[in-house]
Amino acid sequence: MKNGMRKIIALLGVCGLLFSTIAAATPESDVLLQKFWAEGAGAANPEKGRTDWAREVMVKDEKLSCSTCHTTNLAQEGKHHTTGKTIGPMSMRTNPERYTSVKKMEKWFKRNCLDVLGRECSAQEKTDFLTFLLTQ
Amino acid sequence: MRMQSLPILLLSLLALFSGPAMAEETFLNWLANPLRQKEVAPVVNPTWQEECGSCHFAYQPGLLPSQSWEKLLDAGALANHFGDNAELDADALKVIRAYALENAADKSYAKRARKIAKATENGEAPLRITEVRYIKRKHHEIPERMIKGNKDVKSLSYCDACHTQANKGVFDEDTVRVPNYPDWED
Repeated sequence: MKNGMRKIIALLGVCGLLFSTIAAATPESDVLLQKFWAEGAGAANPEKGRTDWAREVMVKDEKLSCSTCHTTNLAQEGKHHTTGKTIGPMSMRTNPERYTSVKKMEKWFKRNCLDVLGRECSAQEKTDFLTFLLTQ
Repeated sequence: MRMQSLPILLLSLLALFSGPAMAEETFLNWLANPLRQKEVAPVVNPTWQEECGSCHFAYQPGLLPSQSWEKLLDAGALANHFGDNAELDADALKVIRAYALENAADKSYAKRARKIAKATENGEAPLRITEVRYIKRKHHEIPERMIKGNKDVKSLSYCDACHTQANKGVFDEDTVRVPNYPDWED
């Protein structure tokens, strides 16, 4: 009986672990991460993603970072730095629509890397950003 | 009524109705638009709303002539769209370009779009709506402090900062509310 209880608790634990990883991803984000991996990205480093998110880069006479528009509190709305348009939160918790379209994620990675860094991001950089964003 | 007064009556009627119309558009244009649609046709294209509206106010196609849209909505031009990368995939660009060209100011029967078409028919087609002479003139008398100096407006480009029904294509004076200037009347 005692042994049986332990097994159930262990099973629950495994289930919990499984769910916690699912909570920080979407089927579409998994597809994209697989793609980055196929393009040569190594292990994800979400902490680097977090640091790079707020790092300002001088582009076209303007100091910009991802956080210029999206802020560093990703559960909140952001604001486009020139047009003032409200940008939905980056966090899945407050914006469940996020990370549900591979096409959209690819579009915005391309545009925003070009706008903020002045170049496209590498597969590694995108992996780090995405895994950081998914935990927010 | 005696017959000889009929031409006079007709002429005065014509003068009465064509006067306001002649100010911004030709009499023929006015005559050819029996529905007299006012304002600018609202955006009814979901791709337009989604793609244009995710970064800025989804300006209606009727706010610029087709020549302007042709220049703006080109793959190369969108790579540097007023300083930002706004590249679209081929399918989306096709939809958006077609929607703009079909509903541009010079293709529209809506009254305000016709005025924009008239104001842009000569000379280089503007890239910015704020460069359209008609739009400039309409905002001419608004003091700088209410637009540029107003932290909640900042530029004439943000239509919906003051035009409360801009998303419906309505830019009528009665629907204007300038932030931080509640008592201002035109």
